[in-house]
Amino acid sequence: MSTPLLELRNAGVMRGNRRVLSGVSLRLEAGTLTALVGPNGAGKSTLLALLAGDAVPDQGNTLLSGRALADWPVRELALQRAVMAQDHVVRFAFSVHEVVAMGRLPHPPDREQDARITAQAMAEVEVGALAGRDVQTLSGGEAARTSLARALAQCTPVLLLDEPTAALDLRHQERTLHSARELARQGRCVVVVLHDLNLASAYADRIVMLCEGRIAADGAPRLVLTRDIIGQVYGQAVQVIEHPTRGVPLVVPCDE
Amino acid sequence: MIAGQVRRPNGALLLVLLAAVLLAAVLLSFAVGPLKLPPADVLQAIAARFGLADPHTVSARDMGVVWQLRIPRALLGALVGASLAMAGVALQGLFGNPLADPGIVGVSQGASLGAVAAIVLGAGTLGAWLIPLAAFLGGAGATTLIYLLARPGRGEGTATLLLVGIAIGAACSAAVGFLTYIASESELQSLVFWQMGSLAHARWNDVAAVAPVFLVGLLALWRLATPLDMLALGERQARHIGLDVPRTRLLLVVFSALLVGAAVAFAGSIGFVGLVVPHLVRMLAGPGHRWLLPLSGVTGAVLIVVADTAARTLDPPSEIPLGLFSAALGAPFFLWLVLHRRGRGAA
Repeated sequence: MSTPLLELRNAGVMRGNRRVLSGVSLRLEAGTLTALVGPNGAGKSTLLALLAGDAVPDQGNTLLSGRALADWPVRELALQRAVMAQDHVVRFAFSVHEVVAMGRLPHPPDREQDARITAQAMAEVEVGALAGRDVQTLSGGEAARTSLARALAQCTPVLLLDEPTAALDLRHQERTLHSARELARQGRCVVVVLHDLNLASAYADRIVMLCEGRIAADGAPRLVLTRDIIGQVYGQAVQVIEHPTRGVPLVVPCDE
Repeated sequence: MIAGQVRRPNGALLLVLLAAVLLAAVLLSFAVGPLKLPPADVLQAIAARFGLADPHTVSARDMGVVWQLRIPRALLGALVGASLAMAGVALQGLFGNPLADPGIVGVSQGASLGAVAAIVLGAGTLGAWLIPLAAFLGGAGATTLIYLLARPGRGEGTATLLLVGIAIGAACSAAVGFLTYIASESELQSLVFWQMGSLAHARWNDVAAVAPVFLVGLLALWRLATPLDMLALGERQARHIGLDVPRTRLLLVVFSALLVGAAVAFAGSIGFVGLVVPHLVRMLAGPGHRWLLPLSGVTGAVLIVVADTAARTLDPPSEIPLGLFSAALGAPFFLWLVLHRRGRGAA
């Protein structure tokens, strides 16, 4: 078996007296779109923070290309993984273009290439028309797309997205995950925290479902998104039917 | 123009224009004062010093006024103005808050405490350098304390740093109040004068000695322009794009303290420059720190040189304290800024 790009070995995190993650082992390969799902407070964002190197586990290890994340210099790490966090606040009145261009800062400066990649990233998430806008005047969805474009401009083998679709309209939810899947097809390792199980079902190669800080299920959408597993993890009765055109599982909440 | 659309003027051109304004303001300050000198005499006095004009055409009195009083004064004013403005930019970037200012983060109060302690507890016993030195140590001490108490790993992030800064500033102010209370009549006079801020004590030797300190601090901050841009995304996001946040924070604190400490040491407390100037320049040239830092520096220099020229010419032969000027102009601006931001619904 090849060395996974990102690996968690028996990782655990305490916050105060509460154990938010325990015994999580995960191998994430290149070329895969993995969705992290689970109820509120299951530890999805904490897990993503571990993968991003923002947090260090109290137990176990996090490895990037076989080397502990904590041992990576910050600048080199920024060439390996890009992160779209949930917080999109920019403190001063930078333009959309200026913010997206910051994604190029970890790379050695190359005016032409930086300009091209910045423009591509903005086009990919459809913020090209907003290039000259003050980011502080953007709507929630526009700000989220600007953050995503900045992460895309970083051109890293690993891409970590924390609820990228939370503030987006229907079209941009689909587009965002479509882009994420394309990047995975090109050989990147993409990890997306999602609330919408049907988005995960339609786009992810693999779904990791968390419950109370542990992995409850891990596998292809068809194996994870079953009536029993979802009912147990979320405490909500559902029916799982087949999507009429996409042929993937479609989760529909229902009464008991 | 679409709402929220930003335009960026040419930063280099703006910098050249502002530098020309600074040069004009400085030359004006050489000529104006209780003793009015025609510009030609000023230029001759400057040229004579460099052997470019016959020294005998310039009176010893004019030479003295220009070289011993006005040139060091304008130079100190420019350095103090640039330092306060650029330290303001750095602290605002560090705290991610356009309302941060050396006076708010406790650095100025620490420096004030140092100077006041020197005046009340032992002025005159160790020579003229005691007060500036004590002010610098006070500023650096307060900043170090703030940093130690709120450094990464102990207090998380910026909010803690800001709160610790406010608490230390308040403690320093209380100590200043106590020292003022126990001060004697004559000490009180120099205290009041110093607290109101003034460039009147600028002398050539002092200014020449301290100028390199200022220049090192100003250049060091300019080199942190890109890290400051990255910090605008938030500390976590800045780390995601490759910034060593703790190191950047340390450098920003150290060089801001150096500049503010030196400014307070030589010119007393002059408020609001670090708040008003960066804000105006940001509205004009945008928030990118590569130009914001030098443009704010030059603008701060112009502001202080002009204000000081006005302070010593409006009511001759006495001088209006410079600090009163900056407070009188800065406080209403600060208020407008707070209310305007609230109206816009910004955080």
